[in-house]
Amino acid sequence: MDNYKIVVIGGGPAGLAAALSAKRAGVDEILIVERDCRLGGILNQCIHNGFGLHTFKEELTGPEYAQRFINQVKEEKIEYWLNTMTIDISEDKVVTTINSREGLRHIKAEAIVLAMGCRERPRGALNIPGYRPAGIYNAGTAQRLVNIEGYMPGREVVILGSGDIGLIMARRMTLEGAKVKVVAEIMPHSGGLKRNIVQCLDDYGIPLKLSHTVVDIKGRERVEAVTIAEVDEKLKPIPGTEETYTCDTLLLSVGLIPENELSEKIQVKLDEKTNGPEVNESFETSKEGVFACGNVLHVHDLVDFVSQEAETAGSCAAEYVKQKADKKEKEEMIILTAGEGITYTVPKYIRIERMKDTLKVRFRVRQIYKEGTIGVYADGEKIASRKKRIFAPGEMEEVILKKKDLVKGNGVSQIKIQMEGE
Amino acid sequence: MYDLVIIGAGVTGCCIAREISRYKINACVIEKGDDVASGTSKANTGVIHTGLEADPGSLMAKLCVRGNELMYEWAKELDFPAEKNGKLIVCTHEDDLPLLDKQLENAIANGVPDCEILDREEVLRREPNLTERTVAALWAPTGGIVCPFNVAVAAGENACVNGVEFRFETEADSIEKTEYGYLIHTNKGDIETKAIANAAGLYADKFHNMVSENKIHITARKGEYIFFDKSIGTVFNTTVVPLPGKMGKGIAASYTINGNFFIGPTATDVEDKEELNTTEPILEKLKAMALSNQHLTKNPLPLNKVITSFAGARAHEDHHEFIVEELSDAPYFFDAAGIESPGLTSSPAIGEMLSGIIADKMKLQKKENFIAKRKGFVKFDALSDEEKEKLIKENPLYGNIVCRCEMVTEAQIVDAINRPIKATSLDAVKRRVRAGMGRCQGGFCTPKTMEIISRELGIDMTEVTKKGGKSKLLTGRVKE
Repeated sequence: MDNYKIVVIGGGPAGLAAALSAKRAGVDEILIVERDCRLGGILNQCIHNGFGLHTFKEELTGPEYAQRFINQVKEEKIEYWLNTMTIDISEDKVVTTINSREGLRHIKAEAIVLAMGCRERPRGALNIPGYRPAGIYNAGTAQRLVNIEGYMPGREVVILGSGDIGLIMARRMTLEGAKVKVVAEIMPHSGGLKRNIVQCLDDYGIPLKLSHTVVDIKGRERVEAVTIAEVDEKLKPIPGTEETYTCDTLLLSVGLIPENELSEKIQVKLDEKTNGPEVNESFETSKEGVFACGNVLHVHDLVDFVSQEAETAGSCAAEYVKQKADKKEKEEMIILTAGEGITYTVPKYIRIERMKDTLKVRFRVRQIYKEGTIGVYADGEKIASRKKRIFAPGEMEEVILKKKDLVKGNGVSQIKIQMEGE
Repeated sequence: MYDLVIIGAGVTGCCIAREISRYKINACVIEKGDDVASGTSKANTGVIHTGLEADPGSLMAKLCVRGNELMYEWAKELDFPAEKNGKLIVCTHEDDLPLLDKQLENAIANGVPDCEILDREEVLRREPNLTERTVAALWAPTGGIVCPFNVAVAAGENACVNGVEFRFETEADSIEKTEYGYLIHTNKGDIETKAIANAAGLYADKFHNMVSENKIHITARKGEYIFFDKSIGTVFNTTVVPLPGKMGKGIAASYTINGNFFIGPTATDVEDKEELNTTEPILEKLKAMALSNQHLTKNPLPLNKVITSFAGARAHEDHHEFIVEELSDAPYFFDAAGIESPGLTSSPAIGEMLSGIIADKMKLQKKENFIAKRKGFVKFDALSDEEKEKLIKENPLYGNIVCRCEMVTEAQIVDAINRPIKATSLDAVKRRVRAGMGRCQGGFCTPKTMEIISRELGIDMTEVTKKGGKSKLLTGRVKE
């Protein structure tokens, strides 16, 4: 049995930032477990630019952004294991890993940071009718094939879903000489960032068909054609609106699912909306000493926000390890609720005594709101509001809570964030 | 010239091949797909039926009951997982109770052991998640589950090590009678043989009718399924099916031996035998069943845990009966035709029976050195820590997890590719060791599995296919 103060599961952007901040907060025995052959996670295949505008005030590619963190991890001499898969976590925080050199290893941790990221929702989960030929890929898998392996998954492409990876891949495939015929999105709005729609579709004349979905896939060996149709407000295809595109490839960018199979092994409580753990102000899950950050917690659009969040999670894990002895038995918790027009909030709980002077709460809106206002209420009393010309589900939103607003009187027990009209 | 050519490497063809390989014979299996079990066999509930549904006195009844026995024996001999977890045939209408009694009479007439009718209270005690509409059920303890791919692969591999040749992507076009036997024209040239065993599934009528005046007709009866992620937990403890109707055994709601709950198959007759697409109305119907408490389950199933849907086709012969015999007007042409449900269960018995007929006719001698046993696939995920450690020490590739959802290691994939019958495509690997079978449906492991196939077979990545033929996964390199 090995012993570490903090084990970070996953060496992507979340894991790297969490490990770094824990180290800087004074914890020495930290281990990052990474299943791939290099650190950096999914950023390694994101060779487009646009990363780091918030963190470094410059535009970096995914690998460049990752490298800045990797360099720091190396400078800080944080230990990491590559090509190593975490296969189990036990109730008493023993992490089991596997690799080809050392077989199984069991590591006793005082705190664990979950940073496993997310996976793509596959075709099967959508029950798209049709055949099952070669040429149907998740956009991220296609991205790996093109950018890491150097292969083309196809030449004539239809994309279902306007998530960011789908948009990025529309451009990427076009730049590699493929013809992207259409991007269909079942919702009346895109799930991706506005800037990606402009830079990846509009700039290349690729049509985006909102309120459209794939209703048939033809081709018995390789994809030969894909039929899309318009959907009604219940998202059901409208007969008579079918259009068939000949193509050899269908890429899917239809949602990301936080990868919480390991978290479930220790019964970490998951949020139904995010599919990630419910966390408090310290990014601590329902299991004491188990923290979560990055896409395993909730799916982000920008890696900068992942890094910020992970930094907090890492420093809180460090604090937990250092102060474990005087942890209070039971602490009062303020519950955050997602009101009208809001899908979820992260965090979900605040322990007021642990809260710093301010706390950033992240959330998503349910649909597009023009000229909307976000209202924040503490036990019914408005404590903050934010106006914006346009709110979209594809862009993560945030509000900053001030501790002084939450300690008035007998203390606040509930905070509600909601969308309001004018 | 071969003594025997078996047309079709589905579960029936593989079982015939395995049983005929007990004899001294020069035999070959030809298969149009790139792998065993790539036609009708691949979309199957995996239920080991008991034989109680078949008409008493029918060949179907006899072979299913015998096949049920043999399946559990073969599972030990050929080292594939099979579980005798019993089967419940659930009656949800008072009016249908006589039909349930009829099933019990059938069971007794067919020699299916230990069946009994359970009243509502007892059924719900055993299966608390059954629909409230449950009236009674027939309990058949010899029912079970098995992986259909595993049965075909195990029988095929065992036939192979006992000298049967397998030729894939070899499609029979037409058959000519010759003075010494038959000449089969295929896309890979002509094949001469003294005898033919016709195990061509959906196309068994085509080959039968080429050599016989007594025509048969096989309809492709499509069945669609939806499959759930393992994480939905225990719904039923046993295989649960509704009372059978005229289109087959009804739509089951059960687990596969690998722990995936499923609903299916539906039944729709289709003109085009290759029309194996899923369709919107049927998927909607299956989803509605999943959400309803009116089918077999009491509580709605979580549709967000559906991981895949697919379709297959049963080879339904007009008389709904197995044809396992030498043709009266075509000597040395042996049929295994009309093999629809319970075909998987019956397949070992069909193999046993037809190879007996062939051996008698051809006066074959038994081999002294027949190898009856086979070593199955390692199921790494199911091993203890000590066993895992030991394997990784012997072969470090067991330490590389390629498919995270099903915990499949590189060593298992390498093994699948290098067995007596090689897995040469992504689907062939998936069927053997389950890489890509889990909740992410290959999103994570596809590039890595392709790389391993390319390396092990010594072919370029761009030559790797999903399922043989033109199903190439890549269209070339970038910058080409």
